[in-house]
Amino acid sequence: MSHLKNITLKVWRQSGPDDAGRFESYTVDEISDEASFLEMLDILNERLIEEGQEAITFDHDCREGICGTCSLMIDGQAHGPQRGTATCQLHMRKFDSGAEIVIEPWRAAAFPVIKDLMVDRAPFDRIIESGGFITAGTGGAPDANLIPIPKPVADASMDAAACIGCGACVAACPNGAANLFTGAKIAHLNLLPQGQAERFQRTEAMVDTMDHYFGSCTNHGECEAACPKEISIDVIALMNSDYLKGKFKNRKSLSRT
Amino acid sequence: MSITLDSKIPTGPLADKWGNYIASQKLVNPANKRKFKVIVVGTGLAGASASATLAELGYQVEAFTFHDSPRRAHSIAAQGGINAAKNYQGDGDSVHRLFYDTVKGGDFRGREANTYRLAEVSVNIIDQMVAQGVPFAREYGGQLANRSFGGAQVSRTFYARGQTGQQLLIGAYQQMARQVGLGSIKLWNRVEMVDVVNIDGRCAGIVTRDLLTGAFESHSAHAVVLATGGYGNVFYLSTNAMACNVTAAWRAHRRGAAFANPCYTQIHPTCIPQADDFQSKLTLMSESLRNDGRIWVPKNPDETRPARDVPEDERDYYLERIYPSFGNLAPRDVASRAAKRAVDNGQGVGPLKNGVYLDFSAAIERLGLDVVWERYSNLFEMYERITGEDPRAMPMRIYPASHYTMGGLWVDYELQTTVPGLFCAGEANFSDHGANRLGASALMQGLSDGYFVLPYTIAPYLSGLLNKPVPDASHEAFAAAETEAQARFEGYLSIGGTRTPDHFHRELGRIIWDYCGMERTEQGLEKALSEIPALHEEFRKDLRVTGDGTSINQTLEKAGRVDDFFELGMLMCRDALTREESAGGHFRAEHQTDDGEALRDDENFAHVAAWEWTGDPMSPIRHQEQLEYEVVEFQTRSYK
Repeated sequence: MSHLKNITLKVWRQSGPDDAGRFESYTVDEISDEASFLEMLDILNERLIEEGQEAITFDHDCREGICGTCSLMIDGQAHGPQRGTATCQLHMRKFDSGAEIVIEPWRAAAFPVIKDLMVDRAPFDRIIESGGFITAGTGGAPDANLIPIPKPVADASMDAAACIGCGACVAACPNGAANLFTGAKIAHLNLLPQGQAERFQRTEAMVDTMDHYFGSCTNHGECEAACPKEISIDVIALMNSDYLKGKFKNRKSLSRT
Repeated sequence: MSITLDSKIPTGPLADKWGNYIASQKLVNPANKRKFKVIVVGTGLAGASASATLAELGYQVEAFTFHDSPRRAHSIAAQGGINAAKNYQGDGDSVHRLFYDTVKGGDFRGREANTYRLAEVSVNIIDQMVAQGVPFAREYGGQLANRSFGGAQVSRTFYARGQTGQQLLIGAYQQMARQVGLGSIKLWNRVEMVDVVNIDGRCAGIVTRDLLTGAFESHSAHAVVLATGGYGNVFYLSTNAMACNVTAAWRAHRRGAAFANPCYTQIHPTCIPQADDFQSKLTLMSESLRNDGRIWVPKNPDETRPARDVPEDERDYYLERIYPSFGNLAPRDVASRAAKRAVDNGQGVGPLKNGVYLDFSAAIERLGLDVVWERYSNLFEMYERITGEDPRAMPMRIYPASHYTMGGLWVDYELQTTVPGLFCAGEANFSDHGANRLGASALMQGLSDGYFVLPYTIAPYLSGLLNKPVPDASHEAFAAAETEAQARFEGYLSIGGTRTPDHFHRELGRIIWDYCGMERTEQGLEKALSEIPALHEEFRKDLRVTGDGTSINQTLEKAGRVDDFFELGMLMCRDALTREESAGGHFRAEHQTDDGEALRDDENFAHVAAWEWTGDPMSPIRHQEQLEYEVVEFQTRSYK
């Protein structure tokens, strides 16, 4: 174990949604390289409280990279410099003594800042509520082994289902688009046999809801690079293809006639 | 409110009890369901599945989570899998065997009828989750894959890579989101429950604090379900998420709900050891790793060579040596204590000598690196991110850590607490695991309670309230509870001391871990029971919470949670002190066999201890529910 010295943090402070916000500098004299990035913020926060200042507000929970609560733009990168890693799993050994680290909240029109580094990601829930499910009420499900699912299909679905809903894709996108998130949620269900019945209406509903809140995708690919679960932008292609097919099939309007 | 413990176990042979119950219980007809309002607090597996199912049935549901989204609940972090008696592998599994393994794994301290029901509905859970689109692991032929977990000699664990909890919670959350979209569930996010309100001896609702505005609000309903998880964070360092807390259950306890077996806490054997004092939490490495990993320590306590240079005959594969029939898959309590013995013996490994090795080299040799990587890659990567070491090149270092709590609010067979109208589901209740929970059974219990038990067992209570209006949220009992809660939170802000809530939490955790952790003694528990109140007093005088109560204030949230952990800590130690035997996760050093195994006292302690709040956290009243075993016979639990 060794220690990093003289870290300067430039942290975004904003007292509420209506405050203009500003950067404030803090110095961390010494920190173990075994500490996680958020533990460094914990230590700083304890110091701030003991000095009578308000702690820096940031979202976090499981600290195992799975709940998707944590966020942070670290030196302009969503979840920081380590590829395929959420902020809560980032450790100080990835930084050097004397470093100046800039910490900001997610920056996206659909994710307004609540306070300091915490943002509101509720539009993600609205997308799921509009169609991100398989209608299968409790009870009466057939035996689980009745429909065999080829392993490659289950694996592809799982690759998409690994999405933790953190919003890094939106934060990294120059357009503030949520296509990787929505694409991943759609691919998870649309690839499975159980997801076929609602496949096209699901896609239409989710894409339309997404378009209501978020910017448009112009294929930068920043989302894939920022995703802590390394979800492939192939899911966006699948979403676009199913959306187009859905528009042609238009089952909803057929059923109305 | 005086407490009577009526477990309401249905009549009939064990295997028929649940069927009999369903066949004869009172129902609420569909037109009447919409007249009933049910509050569900918590949106993990139990809460989300209960909310979704109750809403599907037609009840008005209001769901509360302190997270920004229901999908953040800590069920999401469960890694290894979920048990079900499907017997897809044809290896001799059955409902009875899963039931028996669970009772035995719980060291004969669980309620037989509840555990049997759990095993019985386990098969429905898998069907339900597959129908909802959970991408469980598959064999090449398209059938579901299984693996083994501790305490079982069959392969009955279903899994989705190392992210089973995530996939199950996403499934339950999606069902819930569907109902939110349909308007059948009203979702309150970033809202924390801070009190339970009873009117005329029935639960009438809850008081909440909006985390964004600090506003207190009353919500009334015909019934309230708490699905608010366990209290493992009382240890400060645990595998629980940072926000996990006991507040909801504790506030219910203070309003009359008995708290059962708080000393039954599970210390999970395979977590990444603590690296330094600043550590904020510990990370689990799934029990599934013990399918292929071998646990060992060097025989020589002064060993300094790197793991791979220690020759085979100088290694002690202690689980394989002591428990040859279960080997590395010995149950959690047994494996944890064995690791503690090795480390206490000076054989610990790593820079702080506070771990044991979990070695994959034999599996890599046998199966090839690709197969091992496919099974565990996400765990290997997580381990490397945290420790900077590659488990393919050198063994992992692991050590036990607080992970799960078997104790919780006392509930009867219908999952109703001692307060009529207040129900409790999932880890927050005490009911199904006895003194120790087997791996892959927590997900099973959460979904069983939420999908298949509570939606049936809440109906008889509600049917008795037919045509009664939703309780009045402006009733004086609500106003009084709101005022009380407000005063409590303003109190934290006005102390103006010098120490943070985290400081006190860390100190409390240290006391609990030292005296009420893996090994407990009368002397140690007495010591804890004098130190905790003293520290609590210091907390009340020297706490410092900055910021205000009218915008989001995470320091203030933490202060409220730590305050409740103090009182729970006192009850835990009291419970451990009065349970003068060793059982499962509760190991009293005074009660052990000659070879250091847990020694139960079935004559005097084959009961549930359910504690009643008296107003003084140091003098609760102990009640007993005698455990009657109709089918299972007491045995000394052996995994040798």
